[in-house]
Amino acid sequence: MFVSVRLEAGRFRMTESRNTYMKKRKIFGLILFCFTFFIYIILFSFKRDLIISSLQYFMHIFVKVFYITLIVFIFIFLTNLFLKPKSIAKHLGKKSGLKGWIIAIISGIISMGSIYLWYPLLTELKEKGMRKGLIAAFLYNRAVKIPLLPLMVYYFGWLFALSLTLYTIIFSVFMGIIIERTS
Amino acid sequence: MLPILLSILLLISLYVTIIPKSFYSKFFTKNSIIDSVLGASLGSISTGHPVTSYIIGGELVKAGISLISVIAFILSWVTVGIIQLPAECYFLGKSFGIVRNILSFLFAIVISVLVVLTLKII
Repeated sequence: MFVSVRLEAGRFRMTESRNTYMKKRKIFGLILFCFTFFIYIILFSFKRDLIISSLQYFMHIFVKVFYITLIVFIFIFLTNLFLKPKSIAKHLGKKSGLKGWIIAIISGIISMGSIYLWYPLLTELKEKGMRKGLIAAFLYNRAVKIPLLPLMVYYFGWLFALSLTLYTIIFSVFMGIIIERTS
Repeated sequence: MLPILLSILLLISLYVTIIPKSFYSKFFTKNSIIDSVLGASLGSISTGHPVTSYIIGGELVKAGISLISVIAFILSWVTVGIIQLPAECYFLGKSFGIVRNILSFLFAIVISVLVVLTLKII
């Protein structure tokens, strides 16, 4: 009886702190948006052309980002549907070992789109038990762009592209280990 | 999530419109050590598609800027995100965002030195 009351109290505290956290996130988002809007309004009053070009560029990247955001949200939906905290903890959690690192590195390399589009999915995975170090490794490996390798080879040579790619992968593991010990 | 995403996109659009591509070549001194730190710093505050960083990097090498600084620039362009830092801290935690970005900055310099040394040895 005493144990079940304590468990209920613990669950209540967790839900309450999660709600406060969500509220804070919403407030932060609105403050940042108001701040950005304010910058645009101020600049528009004396640099109208600049703001028009900026908004045109915004529309251009918004369309691009829209499709990738859609893919990311489908990923989030699917992870919520199929990936339970237990399986995340098994494959990407504290005891995931070498397999966890390999998954983080490969998924970081093949992930598309801008870095900030992946934050919501990584937050979901973190809440389900993904290690911080693997999140850091995933984000660092986004520097390896397979589709852009021919361009890198064209400008800098294949030896350059190969060594930069290898060092990036190796240092992503160092990054993950340091992040886990510090943050 | 939507206000954050829109704010980041609007800030990136403003940045890309204000800063021309030629802006970057003005900063380098042709001293490898200073330039690698400068390259990493410029890459950190820059944003946009990585293709742009390759093109700027390629042009900087042609202009005689050291390879170390260009590698630091290209790498920090993708791995360090000062403009995206508020969003990263917001989603993944303040200490995670700050430590990850500082480490990425330092790693960009270290990797640039290692790549150049490797190219010299091979």
